[in-house]
Amino acid sequence: MEEREKKYVPVLVRFDAEGRMRPVEIQFAPGQRYHIDKILDVRRAACQSVGGVGDRYTCRIGGRESYLWFEKGRWFVAARR
Amino acid sequence: MGRHILHVDQNCFYASVEMQRHPELRDKPLAVCGRQEDRHGIVLTANYIAKPYGVRTGMAVWQAKQKCPHLVVLPPDMGEYIRFSRMAREIYEDYTDQIEPFGLDESWLDVTGSVGLCGDPVTIAREIAGRIKFELGITASIGVADNKITAKLGSDYKKPDAITRIGRDNYRQVVYPLPVEDLLYVGPATSKKLRSMGIHTIGRLAECPTAVLTRKLGKMGAVLRTFALGLDPTPVRRTDHVPNIQSVGNSATTPRDLESEEDVGLMLLLLAESVSSRMRELAARCTVVEVSVRDAELEHFTRQRKLPRPTGSSDELARTALDLFRRSYHWNAPIRSVGLRACGLVEGSAGVQLSLYPEDVRRDKWERIDAAVEGLRRRYGYRCVQRARIYADPQLGRINPREDHTVHPVGYFGG
Repeated sequence: MEEREKKYVPVLVRFDAEGRMRPVEIQFAPGQRYHIDKILDVRRAACQSVGGVGDRYTCRIGGRESYLWFEKGRWFVAARR
Repeated sequence: MGRHILHVDQNCFYASVEMQRHPELRDKPLAVCGRQEDRHGIVLTANYIAKPYGVRTGMAVWQAKQKCPHLVVLPPDMGEYIRFSRMAREIYEDYTDQIEPFGLDESWLDVTGSVGLCGDPVTIAREIAGRIKFELGITASIGVADNKITAKLGSDYKKPDAITRIGRDNYRQVVYPLPVEDLLYVGPATSKKLRSMGIHTIGRLAECPTAVLTRKLGKMGAVLRTFALGLDPTPVRRTDHVPNIQSVGNSATTPRDLESEEDVGLMLLLLAESVSSRMRELAARCTVVEVSVRDAELEHFTRQRKLPRPTGSSDELARTALDLFRRSYHWNAPIRSVGLRACGLVEGSAGVQLSLYPEDVRRDKWERIDAAVEGLRRRYGYRCVQRARIYADPQLGRINPREDHTVHPVGYFGG
């Protein structure tokens, strides 16, 4: 398996009137912004590869699926080293 | 109809949580230990890689390192363990509202009413174990039985990450050969008594006549026999059940070993103030005082005494406790931790027989002083009024037992 690291990332989030939140854009690095086209699934899950437990958002970004975790008020991804 | 009870036990809980969030430590021997500078320097939990080296819960850190030189030692992060415990509880709540926690890492679940909806108890257990693994990234072992005691034997039977069902059909086969010590409430003292009677296994205990056991062990003898037979009738307490508080207690591991009566007196005074203030919050007075002492060799004893009258006075608590201590401790070793507990609580506002004796006048006076001190502390902070004695030893004196409190496991009988 390829090496991955736990990377906390800034995320643009939209709250609707009911208070539900939906991540809109992951600001991975300066000049590297990823718009989230669709949230396919949200569930609590443990992240085996880099450690951490929280709400796991399955996001479709540019036709590809990837996970975004929300743990204790911060967002993280399992980034390639 | 029998009940369906699960006992869920998160394996090596603290260590597993740390391994989950530190993937780089997953293949290393690991122990979560109390902070050494405060001298809680003992192993709280070790993982399955460290255990074969002989690292055990309760061992001092230096002993553990001797057994396993490349042991990774981490300080505890209680906040995180409580978060995991709460998340596990959220999983249980999908199956039942009868959940009784036993410490942070164990719970009993009564799923009798959920079988129609969620499938047989073993299926529920499998589902819960799977979800704990997926959602929390740690493993659990689960015992399935028709009472709490047997369910707990089941979760201990095979670890980690296993499900053991113990029913009437396989009860004798599985439970009877187990050592008596596996039974809840058979500690070192009871075990010694039972073994001297030739009772080494749970099976032998179950077959022993109740009269013989009661003669040796008192009423606990009869209770233990029902445990051994798998006939424990105690219900799993409900989620919303608030037990009637029967005692308040506080204990502290001290920053240095206590070596003289003065040291112990000072600690008991600090603890008494905390206990008395908690009793006042409950509007209660106590009728029994209990001291517990653990020395540097981890030998432990508890002594209690009934008071002539209910009291809330910190002074009386401390004096009674010190007297009890004096009569029971012979200084074979310095002391590592002391505890003070006020039991047999009665309503504080209930009428107390007035008396003309000076002792009672003194009690009333002290209760009023305690209340005044408490009021000041609430407004201006814990350290605004202190006893002069505390300055005799600032290192011990700086402990605030009320706020730096420790998590106490609850007793099985809800005492």
